[in-house]
Amino acid sequence: MHLILFFLFAGFCLAGAINLLLQSHPINSALSLIVVMTSLAVLYLLLGAEFLAAAQIIVYAGAIMVLFTFVVMLLNAGREERTLGSRAARIVGFPAVVAILGVVATIILHAQGLGTAALSQGITSTEDLSRVLFHDLLLPFEVTSVLILIAILGAVALARRGDGEGTAQK
Amino acid sequence: MNTVPDIFRILPEVILTVTGVIIMLIDASLRPERPRRSMGWVAAIGTTFALWASLWQFSLPQGTAFFGTVETSVFTIFFHVLICGIVLVALLVALDTLPADSHHQGEFYALVVFGTVGMCLLTSAIELLVVFIALEISSISTYILAGYRKQTGRGPEAAIKYFLLGSFATAFLLYGIALIFGATGTTEIYDIARQITSAPNHALVLAAMAMMLVGILFKVSAAPFHVWTPDVYEGAPSPVVALLSTAPKAAAFALLLRVLYEIFPAFDTLWVPLLWIVAVLSMTVGNLAALRQQNVKRMLAYSSIAHAGYLLAAFASIGSIGIAAASFYTAAYAAMNVGVFAVVTLAGGYNDDLPMIDDYRGLIYRSPLLGSLLIFFLASLVGIPFTGGFFGKFYSFSAAVQGGAIALAIIGLLNSGLASAYYLRLALAAAQRPTNEADRPQGRAPQLGVAVGAGLLLAVSATLVLGIVPGEVLRTAQSGAHTLQSIPPQTTAPVTASASTIHPAKF
Repeated sequence: MHLILFFLFAGFCLAGAINLLLQSHPINSALSLIVVMTSLAVLYLLLGAEFLAAAQIIVYAGAIMVLFTFVVMLLNAGREERTLGSRAARIVGFPAVVAILGVVATIILHAQGLGTAALSQGITSTEDLSRVLFHDLLLPFEVTSVLILIAILGAVALARRGDGEGTAQK
Repeated sequence: MNTVPDIFRILPEVILTVTGVIIMLIDASLRPERPRRSMGWVAAIGTTFALWASLWQFSLPQGTAFFGTVETSVFTIFFHVLICGIVLVALLVALDTLPADSHHQGEFYALVVFGTVGMCLLTSAIELLVVFIALEISSISTYILAGYRKQTGRGPEAAIKYFLLGSFATAFLLYGIALIFGATGTTEIYDIARQITSAPNHALVLAAMAMMLVGILFKVSAAPFHVWTPDVYEGAPSPVVALLSTAPKAAAFALLLRVLYEIFPAFDTLWVPLLWIVAVLSMTVGNLAALRQQNVKRMLAYSSIAHAGYLLAAFASIGSIGIAAASFYTAAYAAMNVGVFAVVTLAGGYNDDLPMIDDYRGLIYRSPLLGSLLIFFLASLVGIPFTGGFFGKFYSFSAAVQGGAIALAIIGLLNSGLASAYYLRLALAAAQRPTNEADRPQGRAPQLGVAVGAGLLLAVSATLVLGIVPGEVLRTAQSGAHTLQSIPPQTTAPVTASASTIHPAKF
């Protein structure tokens, strides 16, 4: 049952990701991203990470994707123009990607058993969560606020229309 | 074990964060048309306090704080002082060179200060999640700063290229962290170090090491992960380049040292040859490309790639010699590079009005002080004795020789010879008397303000101190190397493993 579900949703995930790249209209790409995010959430659930699965649905598939589609629609983004990229990229790039994938795949397949991990049987309680978040990893949790602050500052600094700045000499 | 309050261990970061918030508050309370230059002074004063706080941390005993996520040791203090010093110089340069009407100056200074928080934290983090967040803080602030010249085509191009490639590299690092968590079940560096040799899955550890190396080598712009450097340096405003070619790199080198010598010392037979190749590639590619450049900032960008190569040569030596040499080189490189970009900022202007080598012709006659400073910093970049560059290269190559990589040291010396060709080309251009008045580039004689004067003075004196009396700095680097290598024994109350049954990375 687990295996069937895994293959089903891994397939969905990959198909969504490939579709995301192939679509030329931004809104179609955004919608396929939702497929990717949701199938990832199911995969997390299969791994026994209920909290992560819920967070994935709420944060990524919910909030962030809504923002994405909003922005796409507000900007009224048209179809993207297809370019085939440079010739060098086609001639060298694609074989290189195939080669690297091949090497990685052989290494993984030949590795002496990747080991097994037991799913934690216990249900993650709010207490466990908060102990990690506010005790063990208090500093990274707090420092993330600086990260978010920087993102806001950057959005203001880059997105607001400047008016002829930097032209006068000192 | 922890008798020191936790907050003292991150005091520089706290001071910098408070400074950033103060700048934002002042910026919001000032009228839009008021000049924002004073905020640069606030930032500079805050950074000075942070620098002082880092020095004060020498009086603390070595130890960790916040449940084993950060530490203070001589190693971290060395890099804290270095980064705060670089940022101070960069801020002082920006104070006098940002055009009065440039947009979002308050945000500019706040971003610099917040970025410094990330860089400082990166050097003292002993928990990979903190490493990741700190790296993101420092990277994102530099992506934004690189695109600050919105009105030009090059600014946004630089920012977008830097952002896309940088995020890609960070993803590599993050994947490496995930794999190492998979192999050892923890993200705490000391715990990983204890368990890594007995980790059941060898392939996973090796993959993690490769991924993390890709991510970090991108940040230090070592070949073959260097392609972003020239475009970003050319497009970013010069005061920003002074910062981003030195401070984030110093932090990334500190991280590289920590990762290689603390997490993966057992795998040195693998990463020493790897870094050998990267070092040779960086030197050669950087120098050969720099020879062909006519644009000063692009030339210096390739030169910084070459310098990353010289620095990586020190990694051929395992143990504290290599760490000390690499730390010393980082300091020397930072001092001279921030200086040379300060001069470039003054000579070329914020908007790069005079970007080419030919535009520097006769600089020494237009402004004797600036011209001679340019020649001084270039001499240090060449590696002439009595400058920091000389001892940096000397220690780095002798570390390589002691590590048995004599070929690497020889290639490095040959490369230094090659590099002097393009440094001297620029120096000669600056020293040449303009042939006729009409030929003279109609540049204004750059004005030296108080702030930028102080910044240049700091850079010059740092370069000279490192070149004439390197002993004290080297001793500090060496004791830093010893603190980096010693992995404390398992404490009685391990942090992530005992208290909870769940693992942090699940969230």
